[in-house]
Amino acid sequence: MHPGFGVYVHIPFCAKKCDYCAFATFTDREKLIEQYLSALRTHIRRSVAGSMPLATSVFIGGGTPTLVPAEELMGVLREIPLASGAEVTVECNPDDISTAMMDVYRRGGVNRISIGVQSAVEHVLRALGRTHKPENVRGSVDCVREAGIENFNLDVIYGAAGETLDDWRETLDAVVGLNPPHVSAYGLTVEPNTVLATQPDRHPDDDDQADKYLLCDEVMTANNLLNYEISNWAKPGRECEHNSLYWRQGNYEGFGSAAHAHLNGRRWWNVRTPERYIELVNAGESPESASETLDAQTRKREALQLLVRTREGVPVGSFSDADLDEMAELIQRRDDRIVLTIDGRLLANEVALRLIDAV
Amino acid sequence: MELSRIRNFSIIAHIDHGKSTLSDRILEMTKAVDAREMRAQYLDSMDLERERGITIKAQNVRVDWRDSILHLIDTPGHVDFGYEVSRSLAACEGVVLVVDAAQGIEAQTLANCYLALENNLEIVAALNKIDLPAADPDRYAMEIEKVLGIRAEDILRISAKTGEGVPELLDAIVQRIPPPKGDADAPLQALIFDSQYDQYRGVVSSVRVMNGRMRSNEKLLFMQTNAVHEALEVGVRRPAPTPVDELGPGEVGYLIAGIKDVGEARSGETVTHEARPADEPLEGYSDPKPMVFCGLFPIEADDFENLRESLQKLKLNDASISYSPESSGALGFGFRCGFLGLLHMEIVKERLEREFNLALIATAPSVQYQVTKTDGSAMICDNPSDLPPTNYIKSIEEPFFKLNIITPKDYTGTLMDLCQSRRGEFDKLEYLSPERVEMHYLMPLAEVVVDFFDQMKSRSQGYASLDYELHGYRESDLVKVDLLLNGIVADAFSTIVHREKAYDYGRRMCEKLKELIPRQMFDVPIQAAIGGKFIARETVRAKRKDVLAKCYGGDISRKRKLLEKQKEGKKKMKSIGRVEIPGDVFISALKLDGRRP
Repeated sequence: MHPGFGVYVHIPFCAKKCDYCAFATFTDREKLIEQYLSALRTHIRRSVAGSMPLATSVFIGGGTPTLVPAEELMGVLREIPLASGAEVTVECNPDDISTAMMDVYRRGGVNRISIGVQSAVEHVLRALGRTHKPENVRGSVDCVREAGIENFNLDVIYGAAGETLDDWRETLDAVVGLNPPHVSAYGLTVEPNTVLATQPDRHPDDDDQADKYLLCDEVMTANNLLNYEISNWAKPGRECEHNSLYWRQGNYEGFGSAAHAHLNGRRWWNVRTPERYIELVNAGESPESASETLDAQTRKREALQLLVRTREGVPVGSFSDADLDEMAELIQRRDDRIVLTIDGRLLANEVALRLIDAV
Repeated sequence: MELSRIRNFSIIAHIDHGKSTLSDRILEMTKAVDAREMRAQYLDSMDLERERGITIKAQNVRVDWRDSILHLIDTPGHVDFGYEVSRSLAACEGVVLVVDAAQGIEAQTLANCYLALENNLEIVAALNKIDLPAADPDRYAMEIEKVLGIRAEDILRISAKTGEGVPELLDAIVQRIPPPKGDADAPLQALIFDSQYDQYRGVVSSVRVMNGRMRSNEKLLFMQTNAVHEALEVGVRRPAPTPVDELGPGEVGYLIAGIKDVGEARSGETVTHEARPADEPLEGYSDPKPMVFCGLFPIEADDFENLRESLQKLKLNDASISYSPESSGALGFGFRCGFLGLLHMEIVKERLEREFNLALIATAPSVQYQVTKTDGSAMICDNPSDLPPTNYIKSIEEPFFKLNIITPKDYTGTLMDLCQSRRGEFDKLEYLSPERVEMHYLMPLAEVVVDFFDQMKSRSQGYASLDYELHGYRESDLVKVDLLLNGIVADAFSTIVHREKAYDYGRRMCEKLKELIPRQMFDVPIQAAIGGKFIARETVRAKRKDVLAKCYGGDISRKRKLLEKQKEGKKKMKSIGRVEIPGDVFISALKLDGRRP
């Protein structure tokens, strides 16, 4: 298990909902922002009083954290006791980023920015239902750097309707052209209850996404961005602490509506809507919505499922040669560990299923 | 009861020509059923019958009309159940022919009328639905006169829906259909023309007494099975079952004799007294033989025993079903079942699913082949998997049917094309009227069972009708086409087809399976083969990618649950070799197989 302790803070507000997004975000509740931030602070204070450990990583995600006034967001952050050298990330919409905002963030303790680039090609952005201009991305990266934040991530998505392999190459070239320390690339996924789910002609094609994944890995590797988790590439030493914590079954606390948390095999999540969250916190009650406690077997299987996604892989342990031979092209042995090949990364679920079966 | 007061008749009509509505109207007008109690299609008591608007099992009912007693014996309206019609006719002296005045006589109705004529029954013809704007009774009366020799002016015109002309029809039945003959003092001879299983009362048989009298508490000898049963109750249906003291000559009613299995009270059985038996049984009729076969497999392997019990129960009521255990490499354990025809097969499958709550896979329908092997020995084969390898086969014979299609003449061309494409051999074409023709073909049953009926209906916009009867077996150039997945024969997909159609069939099945089989971790070749020779090939390319989704807000639980769900899904897969196939692929592929090339 990961030795660190993470904190996730959820900002559920968006100016516009992306039609592939299945997350608990809301476009019509900005009037709640002030109360919501206040509830966040109350909730955090309560946990700190309950001896919450020092955070080795904080991730403020959404939603759109940049929709919230920067000073006030930093007010929330200040409530979280940090371990020395803690990684503190805010997820940002490139349209909202300004040098002033980044300045406030840096002074507030933020040392990592994650920018939702998604694509550098305009028609692809439109197909994703995103509103920003691709040229804003370079400007926003400049702002981040000017404010003195060296560590940042660029988020991209492949597989939107109408995106050609060349379009994708253009996005990748644009991304590496900005010399980022970290890149996350996600295959567009059709989640239930989204606008995208209702429009089958816009659904991504598996083979096309596989080709794009391979191209992505090629371009990243050539630029010294090395894959450390299926969808994440980083310059050596710039791997995302917070992300790594998830894949290593680490402990983390979740603040805000719909935020998830984990402590030693118990996983829980907060109520879904900001109204309900505010109400419960203000009433002095726990905003927890539901939880599950994993038995030893489930925990072990979950660990395998998560860890197999990472560059470290899983211990060879009790897997027989026969189990492993069946997946010859998907895995490789590195000393006493099993690591995914690039084909295996594309089929990580399949590999996880087989590993779990063999446990 | 005086014989002169009794009239026994059946109604012969095509589906939708109004037989059930007319039956309902007769029940109402003779006050057998209160108008308030009237539910549409009173006699079709099985849900399935009412839903599909067809009668499967014969029913009978006694009604009073003026000074007469009428026994209405209902008959099934589908070609698969033609044998039930001949049973019903054996209990009658006449029939009422009901023809839709907007559509004219249909092939199967005509066949049933010929059957009535062969049995010397009086036919009272009526054109129904005269209230419809499209009704053209004059035209169709002429047609009936031409094909059946019934004078047009003797044909009644009625509307079963409004009741118009129905009293006149009832009068005509009394006037034209002769009363039954019989000797009340002779030894008892009663004909069983239908038996149904009732879970409370055991087998309830419909009987027509020919000679003598039948009372309850008598010891009865069933002459074919040579078994003695005690009559627990005799009665008549009015339509509610009503016990009577006795049933005399010419009367129709029911008999309950404490029998648990319809097989012991078969249609065609003669019932007499044990103490004073008749010299000889009445002329019976042979049991219908299954014509169409398929495998029925439970989707859940655990349901095999349930399926066996359910088939046993269904057979209590439908002696024409045959079944025997079968095992398939692809589908596991199930039963090879025989049916009278495709509709019968569908109905049985639907009843199993609906009444017994089973999820089933049916394999492609097959007919019964007669195979002569090279060593001179013969075998019967109704399952493609049982067919010996090609080099052991000397010849294969398949059943041919005489097909009789009646259609408006505009569709003659397209229907001839259809028959031609189904290896039909043209026999003759006759004009029933300037607008309508009757076509005669000889055709292999295998070509009829697949979806001939649907195709005929769609090509004729629903106007053509079909009747068929067995002609005999003939040698054909038949081959078995196997489908191989990853080099292993998937026996559920093996089919016997004519050599000329084998290539096309193989190619189309390969294409279909390619669409239906999910991508695996490796390339899966799909091949069609005759013997060892491959005739078509497709490949399901290896799966390259599964979920590459983002992990929203640290929601690991969801990721784990998705994987668990996927794992459950895998358990429901059927494996053929290393290829994992969802259960519904078989259903979909075999359904699509309806479009035989």
